[in-house]
Parts: sequence; C-alpha cells; structure tokens
Amino acid sequence: MTVHTVFRRALLAGGLPGALFALWWFTSAGSTDFYLPPLSTTLGKFGEVWTPERLRSDVLPSLLRLTAGYLLAVVAGVGLGLVVGTGRVVRDVLEPVLELFRAIPPPVLVPVIMLFAGIGDTMKVIVIVSGCMWPILLNTVEGVRAVDEVLSDTCRSYGITGPTRLWHLVLRSASPQIVTGMRQALSIGIILMVISEMFASSNGLGFTIVQFQRSFAIPEMWSGVLLLGLLGFLLSLLFRFAENRALAWYHGLRRAQRNP
Amino acid sequence: MLDVQDLQKIYTGRHRNVEALRNLTFHIAAGELVCLVGPSGCGKTTLLKCMAGLLTPTSGEVRLDGRPVDGPPPGMAVVFQEYGRSLFAWMNVRDNVALPLRRKKLGKARERELVDHALEVVGLADAHQAYPWQLSGGMQQRVAIARAVAYEPKVLLMDEPFAAVDAQTRADLEDLIRRLWRELGVTVLFVTHDIDEAVYLGQRTLILSTSPTVVQEDLTIDLPDERDQLHTRSSTRFAELRAHVYEQIQRAKRHSGDVNGTQVADRMPQAAPTKAQTEVVGSE
Repeated sequence: MTVHTVFRRALLAGGLPGALFALWWFTSAGSTDFYLPPLSTTLGKFGEVWTPERLRSDVLPSLLRLTAGYLLAVVAGVGLGLVVGTGRVVRDVLEPVLELFRAIPPPVLVPVIMLFAGIGDTMKVIVIVSGCMWPILLNTVEGVRAVDEVLSDTCRSYGITGPTRLWHLVLRSASPQIVTGMRQALSIGIILMVISEMFASSNGLGFTIVQFQRSFAIPEMWSGVLLLGLLGFLLSLLFRFAENRALAWYHGLRRAQRNP
Repeated sequence: MLDVQDLQKIYTGRHRNVEALRNLTFHIAAGELVCLVGPSGCGKTTLLKCMAGLLTPTSGEVRLDGRPVDGPPPGMAVVFQEYGRSLFAWMNVRDNVALPLRRKKLGKARERELVDHALEVVGLADAHQAYPWQLSGGMQQRVAIARAVAYEPKVLLMDEPFAAVDAQTRADLEDLIRRLWRELGVTVLFVTHDIDEAVYLGQRTLILSTSPTVVQEDLTIDLPDERDQLHTRSSTRFAELRAHVYEQIQRAKRHSGDVNGTQVADRMPQAAPTKAQTEVVGSE
C-alpha cells in the first residue's frame, strides 16, 4: 500500500465526518441560542468535563455494564440458538414465542424489570441482555439451520460427533451469521446502556447526560452526547477488527466465489 | 468384505413414494477396485449413502466384514462429488486432513506423520497452510482424497468424485486413485456416470439399471493391471469394453427393475407397483 492510497482512503473515510463537523462549527459559531451553544464552547467544555476521574466514575461503570450484558447476551443467544436451530420440534414450539418477545421494544421493559431487579447494576445488565439477545439468537438459529448437508455427512462418516462436531462444524459454519447478530446487538446494547441509566441510576454516562440537561448545563450535555458518539464509533472499530480476524476465512471464501 | 444383500430404498413422500433402489445384491472382495456405473438418476448416490451408513435402507442390508452397517462404520471413508462443500472452509488444508484423526487418539507424532504422508502422496506437500477456497477444484478434491488416505480406511467409497473437475485434471486424479489403491491395498468402490472412467479404473464394473434400480450386469474388466491414459485407452480391448458398457447403459435407460426380466421379478417378494408409481424421478 503506497502513501498515496493510504492518503486517499483516509480522505474518503474521514471526508464526510470532517465536513459535517466543519458545518456544525461554522453554523453554530456566534450562536446565542441557549440550547444550541457554539461547537467551540462544547469542545472547550469537553476537556473540562471528561476528566480522568469522571471517566472512571461515570464512563467505566457504563462500559462494565455494557460488557457484562453484551457477553451474557452472546452466551445466552448462541446457546439457545444452537438448541433451537438443531431440534426441529424445539424450533416449531419456540419460534412463535421468540418472535413475540423480539417484537417488544426493550426500553418498555425497563420499568417492569425495575420492579423485580431494583435500580442497581443487575437491572441495567438484565435490560441490556433482554435487548441484545434477540438478534444474536435469531441469527444463530438461521446459521445453525444452514449447515451444509454434505459437510454434515462428511462429519458423520468420519465419526466427528459431539463437542467436536458442535465446535468445528456447527458453530464455525454458523459464525458469519452469529457475527451479524452480534453486530446488530452491539448498537442495541449501547442504546439500552444509556436508556437504563437515564431511568434510574447514581452514575453512568446516561445518568450524567440527564443530570447536565436537568441542571441546564447545556454545553456539558452536548459534550456528553459527543462522547457517546465517539464511544459507539470506537466500539464498532474494535468490532470490525475482531470480525476481520475471526472471519478472515469467510471474507476470503466470498472473494474467491465472486471471482473464480 | 463388503456385502450388499437385497437392498431396497423407498423414499416416503407426502403424496407419493419413490422407490429408488429395487433390489440390489453384490459382493466386493477385500482389496478390489469396483466401479459402479449407471444412467443419471439411477440412485447411485442413494446406494452409496446406504453403504456408508448415512441412510437407512427400507429393506435388505449392507455388511462390512460380516457386521451389518447401521451407522457410519469405522474404517470407512467417503469422498463426495461436491469437494467445495465437503471441506471445512474455515480450516487450512492441514487441519482439514487432521480433524478426523483426532478421534483415533494416535498421538501427535503419528498424526503428523499420517497427515504429511497423505498430503505428499496426493501432491499437495507444499499447500499445508492454504485454505481450500484458495485452491483449484482439482486440488480441493485432492485434499478430500488426502483426508481419506490419512484416515487409513479399509474401504474407500467415492461418489462421482471427479464429475466437477476438468478433463485433464480428471485424468491425473484417475491415475492417482489407481496408484493409491495399489499402494495402500484399500478396497475401493468408485461411483461414476462416466463410461470411460468406469472401464479405465476398475477391475470390475457394476452396471445399474434405471430407477427402481437393480444390478443389470456385473462386468469383469480384463485389462492389464498396468494402465496408463494413453495406451490403455487406445487399446482394442478398452474400446470393446467401453462399447459394451455403453450398450448396457443404453439398454438400462429403457429398462428398470420393473421390466428387467423374470429373474428380477422372481426375487421380489411383494407385488410390483403400478406403472404410475414407478414413473418418478430418481433420487439424485
């Protein structure tokens, strides 16, 4: 890769965000609207508000809840997805129920879950799990159902059964779909992390943003929104990095099929 | 070694039943290389799956070394036509070959030795780290063959393994199979729809009728044991055998187990199904 192509790529990827920021900067410059402060003010507050202590006391708890909820959702979604995808009877019985649960918007469940789980970390993790699980579960079911018949026969004839089959055949061949579900779940998870903290909390990113809004600290509030966007962007970069490593074979296979 | 006795397979559908295999009986001795040829849609794949223990026959049985086959037996390897679908796309060539060996618990050193040797004999000694989708079709099928070789089977079943590779690669692979068969002393059943291949490869060729299928002829291929693509294929005897098999296949296309002579009907315990039931597509 030459310097030229690196530059070109950076320009293509960063061009539009840069332009939008510039637009925001210039249109908001000199704004006297109390609710829409100039971007320069917001950015100025950013460094003031998001100090290392604050990152530790408010951002870290949010990220820990997200991580716990997300990982639990992956385990539950993939585990249940394997059961539902493998057994036809289980699938016929469970699928309508699963579709129903999936259709309930998870934020609606926050007050309900609060009744049972209180307003602590448990509630927030449960909220995140209850929203993240569905895309992972349904995509896993699809992936497991699509395991190639010839490959399955090959495994049987070589006596590849039990856990070996589950790992090397079923999970690996369903992994592209599982990852698709996990990608959808990640953005749902971030949304639910914030929402659960807005309802009831004593710390966290969502809590802090609402506090700023209630105390009319508008530039501080905007800086929190910016941080949230940045966080989502970094997490998706991280996700893509992990995906490219785990699914290198899949992307290679797709390329090979496109240009035989 | 491998006995097929009165094998029958009927697929039960919602609206109609399809009798793919009518009544098949044959025997393959240890160390033989037998080809199985028949018109398209005659149930070759069904037969092979029944023999591999991947499909339960409706009646009759398959015996391997005297023991009935009721599931994939150890000591049997299968090579499928669809090489692209029978290899693990997420594993490199080496892991593809090594995976079936794990269950045998041979120890790391022995496992490595088997994999190295298997890849060596199929001519893939320098492709260990490649992924299947980085290889050509013929090379992918070599990986599948190497996997079967490393498994050290007593019986090797091959289901039209070269149907999807180009003609030149195919000739190479045919010679590879002959060589492996002689070097390893393995019993091979090679299913094909290609008449030339059926004559060139085997010691015996079983010709099947159309569905519902019976064995139409059990032909001994009396070509010299040393074969090569050029001389064997241009010999008079090859031409005669080829013509014979061709005629038999043409006959087979017009006949099925239903109308294929009295000796078949005699063996059938149940009444022959009506014409409407038998005019159905094969299982392939």
